Amino acid sequence: MIRDLHEKLVNQEITSEQLTSDYFDAIEKKEPKIEAFLSLNKEFALDKARAVDRKIQNGEEIGLLAGIPSAIKDNMCINGLPVTAGSKVLENYIAPYDATVIKKLKKEDAVFLGKTNLDEFAMGSSTENSAYQTTKNAHDTSRVPGGSSGGSAAAVAADMCAYALGSDTGGSIRQPASFCGTVGLKPTYGLVSRYGLIAMASSFDQIGPITRTVEDAAIVFSRIAGKDRHDSTSVPLVDKNYEDFLSGNVKNLKIGVPKEYFEGNGLDAGVRKIVENSIEKYEKLGAKIIDVSLPSGEYALATYYIIQPCEVSSNMARYDGIRFGQSIEKGNSEDNFVLKDIYFKSRAKYLGKEVKRRIMLGTYALSAGYYDQYYKKAQKVRALIKNKFEEAFQKVDVILGPTAPTPAFKIGEKTENPLEMYLADIYTAPANIAGIPAISIPAGNAKIEGKELPVGLQLMGKWFDEETLLNCAHAFEIS
Amino acid sequence: MLSKNNVQKIANLARIEISDEEAEKYSKELSDILGFVEKLNEADTDKIEPIAHITGAKNVTREDEIIEANAETKEGIIKNFPEKKDRFDKVKAVF
Repeated sequence: MIRDLHEKLVNQEITSEQLTSDYFDAIEKKEPKIEAFLSLNKEFALDKARAVDRKIQNGEEIGLLAGIPSAIKDNMCINGLPVTAGSKVLENYIAPYDATVIKKLKKEDAVFLGKTNLDEFAMGSSTENSAYQTTKNAHDTSRVPGGSSGGSAAAVAADMCAYALGSDTGGSIRQPASFCGTVGLKPTYGLVSRYGLIAMASSFDQIGPITRTVEDAAIVFSRIAGKDRHDSTSVPLVDKNYEDFLSGNVKNLKIGVPKEYFEGNGLDAGVRKIVENSIEKYEKLGAKIIDVSLPSGEYALATYYIIQPCEVSSNMARYDGIRFGQSIEKGNSEDNFVLKDIYFKSRAKYLGKEVKRRIMLGTYALSAGYYDQYYKKAQKVRALIKNKFEEAFQKVDVILGPTAPTPAFKIGEKTENPLEMYLADIYTAPANIAGIPAISIPAGNAKIEGKELPVGLQLMGKWFDEETLLNCAHAFEIS
Repeated sequence: MLSKNNVQKIANLARIEISDEEAEKYSKELSDILGFVEKLNEADTDKIEPIAHITGAKNVTREDEIIEANAETKEGIIKNFPEKKDRFDKVKAVF
């Protein structure tokens, strides 16, 4: 898909300017129904597109992403443009620098059409926690696109951009990819710099591509990864273009299936069927299917919903109404407030319900007397889960399972019960806890209420082995 | 089970003003979530060392040097101050 567009540009069948304005036309037509974007940067995008066209006309060589229009989740900073993170607290905030992924994409001459909707600070699984709008699923507009990168997934699914960037803390790339019928890759923790990504839970957060094909995911991933001096957790292990290593051959590849992921009654029958069919398909392709044992998703989720709010409570401390963001201090200089009032009232007014809920949960779990019971215990279970993955990966190359327990749910269906919403992450959170790479690829449709809803298959890989993971996904996609 | 009173204490630590009704709602929601994470107690972690981070990286250091931001970045940061006097971030009195 990206390669096709690239060839059209290079062969001068179309200009980047034309391609970019075609996407803006598509956005104009579809956006009223989908509401995937929080802001558009038409002039900025067209300027860049024309610059790429000049390069092509001058006979300069261009990279695969040059002149290709993309959408960026609105929790990544693009210098000079608004970045809201889906929160009122950052309304009117203008990013004063580029995130490292943006810097890298700018070097590739990428075109940014706009910024996409998300749950506030990426906290949610449906975009319903966005302070601005709820994005709709293109397959059934009464349903959510998933989240938190729901805007990015919906924009790709509705062909309002060629590819998008999302971020994944507990499933925020893969779950919306599953709901929208797109590909979503969460790389190994540390491969993509988090500098300029508005932090949610720093030991889990990872940026990755949402695309139409696995090859596209490989193309984008290869160009955003790398060691960065601004992110001390980044590692220098990506030095190749992964799209060049997609043979589509999975003969004798060992694919593990954790039985624990199919127990209990949370897994929708339609999703189960599609995952089982996928296993058969891999067998036909020559892969070896092997049973493995992993801690059940509930352990992972319980671990995740302690550590993540703890990190959230710390990361959200910066929204204090003092240095940036919305503040009740604005235009309120004549009253008798003291500093503490600014903190309490700004945070009360501009942070959303889910954000406050997680800040309080984390504050509680980290408070004196509860630290050992909750945070330390969760860190131990995190180590346990990591060990179990290490054991499993002694036996297999890739682990296969569902991405999400159900297809896209209805707007409003889970908003009154936070815990039920959290269960949407049950199969995706383990990869964040262990830091391993994982991808969701379209595996079929489940028919619900007369509508065909996409279902994603999740593949999890060994640490830093995106090559095997992407190839395994590619083999499924092309067969 | 977190009481309304507990919730108000936590909100105070987190520097968020919440109403009585909100405290009531959060008391139920947070208790539900804490009930769910009780599951962790079923895991045998006696011989397990806790990990804060997956990469195993410790004390990543670099030279302590000043790298000047460009003028545009500096202006961008100042523009984002909620209240300012000249090029300074203006804040309320502590007491």
